[in-house]
Order: sequence, then structure tokens, then C-alpha cells
Amino acid sequence: MRPLTEDESKAVFTKLANYIGKNLVHLIDRPDDPHCFRLQKDRVYYMSEANMRMSISVARPNLVSVGTCLGKFSKSGVFKLHITALDILAQYAKYKVWVKANGEMPYLYGNHVVKAHLGRITEDTPEHQGVVIYSMSDVPLGFGVTARSTVDTRKLDPTAIIVFHQADVGEYLRDEDTLF
Amino acid sequence: MGRKQRLKQGDPATLDEFKKSQKGSAKKRKARDLGDSNDAQPPKKSKPQNGRAETVKSKGAKGKGKAKEVDIDEDSDEQWGGIAIDDTQYLDAITKFDFEEDDQGDPDPDADAIMDDENDDFLSGGPVHQLEFSDDSDAGLDDGDDFLKGASDEDGSDVESDDSDGPITAKNMERKSRALDRKAAREAEMDIEEAQAATGPQDEEEGGGIAFFDLPTAEDLEQEKEAGGLPPDELQKRIQDNAKVLKDFKTLAATGRSRSEHVEQLLQDIASYYGYNEFLTEKLFNLFSVSEAIEFFEANEVPRPVTIRANTLRTRRRDLAQALINRGVTLEPVGKWSNVGLQVFESTVPIGATPEYLAGHYMLQAASSFLPVIALAPESNERILDMASAPGGKATYISALMRNTGIVFANDSNKARTKSLTANVHRMGCKNVVVCNYDGREFPKVIGGFDRVLLDSPCSGTGVISKDPSVKLSKSEKDFQLLGDLQRQLILCAIDSINPESKTGGYVTYSTCSVTVDENEAVVDYALRKRPNVELVDTGIGFGVDGFTNYREKKFSKDMHLTKRFYPHVHNMDGFFVAKFKVNKPTRKKDVQKSAEVEAEEENAVVEPGPLTGFDAEEDQAIIDKWERQHVLKTKGIKIRPKANAAPKGSPAVTAH
Repeated sequence: MRPLTEDESKAVFTKLANYIGKNLVHLIDRPDDPHCFRLQKDRVYYMSEANMRMSISVARPNLVSVGTCLGKFSKSGVFKLHITALDILAQYAKYKVWVKANGEMPYLYGNHVVKAHLGRITEDTPEHQGVVIYSMSDVPLGFGVTARSTVDTRKLDPTAIIVFHQADVGEYLRDEDTLF
Repeated sequence: MGRKQRLKQGDPATLDEFKKSQKGSAKKRKARDLGDSNDAQPPKKSKPQNGRAETVKSKGAKGKGKAKEVDIDEDSDEQWGGIAIDDTQYLDAITKFDFEEDDQGDPDPDADAIMDDENDDFLSGGPVHQLEFSDDSDAGLDDGDDFLKGASDEDGSDVESDDSDGPITAKNMERKSRALDRKAAREAEMDIEEAQAATGPQDEEEGGGIAFFDLPTAEDLEQEKEAGGLPPDELQKRIQDNAKVLKDFKTLAATGRSRSEHVEQLLQDIASYYGYNEFLTEKLFNLFSVSEAIEFFEANEVPRPVTIRANTLRTRRRDLAQALINRGVTLEPVGKWSNVGLQVFESTVPIGATPEYLAGHYMLQAASSFLPVIALAPESNERILDMASAPGGKATYISALMRNTGIVFANDSNKARTKSLTANVHRMGCKNVVVCNYDGREFPKVIGGFDRVLLDSPCSGTGVISKDPSVKLSKSEKDFQLLGDLQRQLILCAIDSINPESKTGGYVTYSTCSVTVDENEAVVDYALRKRPNVELVDTGIGFGVDGFTNYREKKFSKDMHLTKRFYPHVHNMDGFFVAKFKVNKPTRKKDVQKSAEVEAEEENAVVEPGPLTGFDAEEDQAIIDKWERQHVLKTKGIKIRPKANAAPKGSPAVTAH
């Protein structure tokens, strides 16, 4: 377990900023309960500093996870957000998309969000913006990237893709072996 | 209108009559069920049936015209087919009225007589005709009017009563289901009666002191073996009979066979009927009384109810229940002892793949695995260790109880299982959990100083046989030894990982999903003996059976009743064991020795109180002098180090003896 390097931090923060924008500050700057980012075996974890200090006593090969896993660095150095980061993204998300009840299961099976399943969308969402997907009862289901801006969605046909799928909570079942 | 009245409802049958009717109906039902295959029944059984039929007929003949009523009824029975199962009772009631009628005298004999002549044919024709009659009754058959009204009325009431059984509405659903339950219970009772009756003619001799159950001899068994074993129903019957004998061995046993022979045969039968190996059969059998043991084996064949735990980090139980009910899941709170558990009765969707499950609103978790966490009672801002935590049901529960404060070390020795553990920890939104992959025995070395430790020890799984039947055959003596060793090591490591100075905690909870004594009380007793600074405390779980303070030849700590056992046949949850320890500050070895010596002295003192009761003035003077010297130094402001202080104080005491 070690702190992130400059490059790594940059990669992680740009990815996070894509979804939560300026709210990123709230993640880093928490005076009441300081938190930190740590790298352990390619994976980036976000944890309180107290827990970090405590978990130092666990040897590196035996440490499986601390706090919240945000995602992993691929071998080529690209950072990929995992579904486990959803809690943080959902808390600070700037742009949100709600899917109807009949669109929940298709989305949880890893499909994109199509116009027919679109329940609501944040008013001025631009194109290619990271969004968090919610069910109509405000339960976060995953995140993705918009294919069209809010204005453009109006004239699309029902089968057109609105949000490209990136991660959904169904991965906890589907990808349990590769996720951690 | 006395006639109508009586047709509606009769007096309750007397006890004898009721019993007779029940027996009769039970037999009738059996006959119906078995159909023609029942021909082979002994004549004694079929006899009452015939007899009954006769009496009905003769009553009908005697009761003048009431035969038709009976006929009508029987017709309608046929019409209603399977709906009116308990019709025989109704029939009984009716025949009973006939008696009454005869006794009291018919209020309108003439009408009846006429009606007999006139309506006999029509009425026996069936209910369709009846309806016509009742319609036409005013016009034509004045004499039979009264009767017909009665008949039609009766018919009406019949319909009515069936109606009340008929459409299911939200209002009457509960009542209906209760009625169905009662019916099922009654039928089960009848079946039992029937089964008891089926033990044959010897049944009556039971009272006479002659055995109704013959233990098979060696030759019998040999023959049986050649034939490929008894069919299961006979085997079950033998188990039941044998158990009955063992319950009251003195009066029921055949002469010349010992109790141990009976027990041995019973064990063999249980092993072959339920499919256990003989070692495990005996081990489990010895835990209970005979009838309870059979209940236990029986309960292991039935799956336990599915329960889920609402994740209070994400939702509330009420909201979750509502969301799941909307998805077509029938559920109910699991019991008063838990405020997060829900029991699932049936579900139209897979309960492990709903959007709520994936979003971490609940965890599929057996009811029994709530218990150790309830016993542990974690508090906010504590440092807690779960030594064998995969797949994370208990670790996430602990984290939820702490509201994501403090820190939980979720350890598991199996690397593959830490994956599902991590997945569950993240899915449930537990941010204070460190997942690590150590052998639990390494623990105080990795990190210690915990406020609470939960050890849900690896075990043989004899409590969860319904979940994993492979246990029945796979466990042998050696497995229990190995597991016992591991458990003993783990429990000491768990105790040593505790910070005894902890202000809020200092507790260890030991639990297994096993019911055997070797893995539970024996391990707890070992820990108590090895760590004198540890004591058992109440688990805080309001129910469960107390642990054994002694078992066969073994004697355990007298506090062992504070541990709790849970059984599938008693609590309808997995077999489970929970013990809670409080770890106190360790007493120094010297002190322990001293206290032991003092105890020994006290024991001596009881025997020989004379010489030891006096004070040794010389020795006392030395001690008084020393304290005085120290006091003088103190008043001068010179601090005395406790360590330097302790050494001279302790050493003469030891050497003195």
C-alpha cells in the first residue's frame, strides 16, 4: 500500500471529475475526517486516515481491501473506475439519469440505456458527460456516459441509445472474480 | 320452524360419537386415496366401514323418510366432489338428528309419511329435481311443502356454507387460510391416529404388558440385508416403534433384549434411513433424548426458511419490505429478537438478483448467523476483528451496527473466499472494513488490541446438514479431532487479540454452526482453563437452549449455562452455538500462584484451623517497617518507582514459603 504518484493522482482525479466535477474538492478536503487515496496491487482505495494507519500493520500480500475501492490501473497506466466507486459518485454526482422500472433489469444486465427506458434526466446535460444512473426510486444503479445532450434526446426514436453503459451494480454478481 | 332449525345445524356430537366418526372418516379417506389397492387391508379395518354404511341405511329406514335426506346429501356430496371432504362428519350429524327426531317424536308425522310416498322418487333423483320442487312447491304439493321447504332450505344453507368457502377476497383470506391450516392439522392428526391404528391388533395388547414391537433378530437382519434392506416406510415405522419402546423401556420392552440392543438397532436404522455414517449418527443421537433425536434428524431433511438482513447503512427494514413486496415477494419480520431480519416465504423473482439486492439494500443471511453479532453487540468507534468472515454476512452486519465508524478487520484464511467477501463489503457500502487474508492463528502477531473479536469458527457443519447434506457421510472421528485442535488454537488467539484495558469492550464471541459438544462446550471450557482472566458472560440473546454444564463423562465450567445452543427442530434455524467471553486484565503469574497457595491454605484451614489463625508479629513488623520507610520518603517528595517497589515486595513473599 502506498500513496499515489503525481501521474496516478492526475489520472484518478480526471476520471472522478468527469462525474462529480468540482465536488471532487469535497472528497479530498474533509477536515472533520481526513481521507486519503492509496494504491494497493494496481487498485486505488479511498479510506479514512485512521483506518489507513491501522491497516498498515497488515502485510502487503495479505491485504485484500481497505475502505472503498475506486478502480484499477491497467498495465498501460490507464485508470478505470469500478462499480465499487458508485457510492462516492452517487453522493456527489452532477448529472443524473433516471431509468424507468422496465429499464432497470436490462441496464443491470449490462446494456446501454435506450430512449424508451429513460425516465428523467438532468436538464442541461451535455454530450459525452459522465452521469450516474438511478432507478425511479432514487437507488443508484451504475454510471455511464451520455451519447446525446439533453436537448438532442427529445427528437430521438425510442430505441436510440441515450447513455453508454460503463458499470452497473449487476457486476457484483457477474464479475465478482475479476472485480477484486 | 323447528325443522328448518334442526336442518341447519345440529348439536355437537358426543365425544364417543365424534371419535367414531373421525376414525370412520379417516378410514374412508384412506380407502378413497388408496382406491382398489386397499383390498389387501386386514378385514378388521374394513369392517367398521361396512358397519357404518349399514347403520346409515338402517337409520334411514327407521327414521321414515329421513333416508331421502341422507340420499340427497350423498348426492350433493358426489356433486361437490373433492370440495366436501369432511362430508362424513356432516352425514354423521344428520343421522344424529334422525335419532333425536325419533326420540322426541316427529312434530309432523303425517306430512312426512305423505311426503315419503309422494316424493321419494323425485328426491332421490338428485338436487336438480329438488330445485324444481322448491320452485313449484307452492303450486302443487301442499302436503310436502313443509318438508320441501326444509329440503330446499337445507340445500340453500349447504350452498351458502360452500359459498363462504368459495371466493377468496382480501377480507376473508386470512380466515380462510387459518381454516385451511386447521384442516391440515386435523388431517395430520387423523393420519397419526391412523398410523397408530395401523400398528395392528397388538396395539390393544400394549396395555397388557406384552411388547408390540419385536426387535429383529440377527437372522432377520441377515435376510433383510440379502433382500437389499427394508423399504423406507417400514424402516421409518421400525424407527418410530423402537423409539416408543425406548421411551418407556420398562413396560414396553420385550423380555430378553437389552436396552443397548434396541439403541444399536435404532442407530443402524437411523443411519440407513437418513443416510448418515454410523459415527455421526451416534454422535448426534447422544446429544438428545430419543424422540428429540429423531425430530432433529427429521428437521435436517427440511430446508430452513430463507431470511434476509436489511442493510441499515442503505435503507430501513420497512422500506425494504415494501420494495420487495412490490416485486412479488412475500415476507415477514423474522422475529422479535431482530429488528433487521426478514423471513421470505415465497418469491416470484430470484431473491439474490433483485435490483435492491445488487444495490446492497439487503444480504441473504441465515437467521442463525445474526446471533453471534447480536451477542457481540459492537459499539461505535471500536476496533473489531472477525476472524473467519467470508462471505461477509456477519462482518457487514457489524459494520452496519457501528454505522461505518471505527474499524472492522474482516479476515479469512481462504484467498478465493475473500473475493466474495470484498464484493459483499463493497456492495453493502461498508467503508470501515479492512479485508485481509491471514490464517486466523497468526492474529495477535498481525495486529492486536481489539475491543471485540468475533470468532465464527470453522466447524464440521452438523448444524447446517439441511443446507449441506454431504456432512452426513464425510465427517469422521479424525475430522472432529482436527477441527477441535484448530478451534482451540483459534479461540486462544481470539482471546489474546483482545485489549483487556478496553473501556467499552473486551469481549470475545465464539460461535459455530455445529451442535456437537466437542466443538462447542469442550472448546469453551478449554479456553476458560487456559486463560484464567477470561470469564463467560450472558450472550444477550433472549432465547435458545442453555449449553451443557456436563455431558456424559465430561464436566464443564459451571458457567457453561450462559452459552446458548440453537437447534433446527426447536428454533427452526440452523443448529448453532454462541458463547460470549469477557476478557479481564490478566493477573500476574505470581498473583495467580499466590492466590492458589492462599486457596490451598484455606483448604487446609478448614481441616486444621488451629495453628494458622494466629498472626505472626515478627513478619508483620517487617512489612509495617517497610511501608513506614516508604511513607517517610513520600512525604519528603521522593517518588518511588512502582517497579522497584514491586520487586522487593514480591520476592520475600515468594521465598518465604
